[in-house]
Amino acid sequence: MTSPAPLEIERTESADEVFAVPEPDVPWVTIVHNDPVNLMSYVTYVFQSYFGYTKDKATKLMLDVHHKGRAVVSSGSREEMERDVQAMHGYGLWATLQQDRK
Amino acid sequence: MPGHFEPLPGGGAAVALDDVEISIIRSLAVQLLELIGPGPAEDAPDDPLAELFAEGPSEPPADPVLRRLFPDAYTDPEGTPGPGRADEQKAHSAEFRRFTENDLRAGKRENALTVVRSLDALASEAAGEGGAVLKLTPPQSQQWLRALNDLRLAIGSRLEITDEDDTDLLYRLPDDDPRKPMVMAYLWLGGLQETLVTTLLP
Repeated sequence: MTSPAPLEIERTESADEVFAVPEPDVPWVTIVHNDPVNLMSYVTYVFQSYFGYTKDKATKLMLDVHHKGRAVVSSGSREEMERDVQAMHGYGLWATLQQDRK
Repeated sequence: MPGHFEPLPGGGAAVALDDVEISIIRSLAVQLLELIGPGPAEDAPDDPLAELFAEGPSEPPADPVLRRLFPDAYTDPEGTPGPGRADEQKAHSAEFRRFTENDLRAGKRENALTVVRSLDALASEAAGEGGAVLKLTPPQSQQWLRALNDLRLAIGSRLEITDEDDTDLLYRLPDDDPRKPMVMAYLWLGGLQETLVTTLLP
């Protein structure tokens, strides 16, 4: 692919503002990935004790990680998700964060 | 019961350990401590501010065990980002690492140290008796739980356990396989961790 030689275009002062689309307010998510070492009971325990989830919810998330290879365990601002990911790494769980682009 | 944690009335957990078991866990915990390494400012104890301002590394560790203990925070292991996104994820992971890895290392070090200290206290009690009962307070149980998990992650990484089928293969290793002792330790630590987590579940 190539592009034609640039033409001289007179830019108006506001051009940048008009076209600068702000980052949309999309939430971030913390994802926990499957791992053959971590015990199922331990992963459930971490979801219960760190996130305060009920036993049922923690077990369901753990099974999602186990069977689907990953599960979204929390969502919020980027700063909050960085905190959650750091906590997961502290527990030895394999976690990443990303913006929740559907 | 040997090899199994049991809940203590009023909180905490207990397990009977013999001399050999005490020395195996201790030696593994010390190896983990050596691998995690000293804190960032331990070379400059004269400067109390150094630790506050010390930045962590921005590159992932070269050792596979450390890479597993401190994974990239922005790199989806299953994702296939475009070239631009991959660079962005790498930059964000590097920044995250700079600001978190020192704290994470300190936490893991503290947990492993708790294990070493409680085993040293137990070893003097066990001397001449062949073994003793290790009793943990609830906070110690939490630290032991995380340290046992880190030890299993470290051994699992050295044994190159990357999916569930690998674990099944380990159960069927012949006795003369050089990995056998490490596998025995791995499975035994798994039993300890499993029973310890059970004492902590509400």
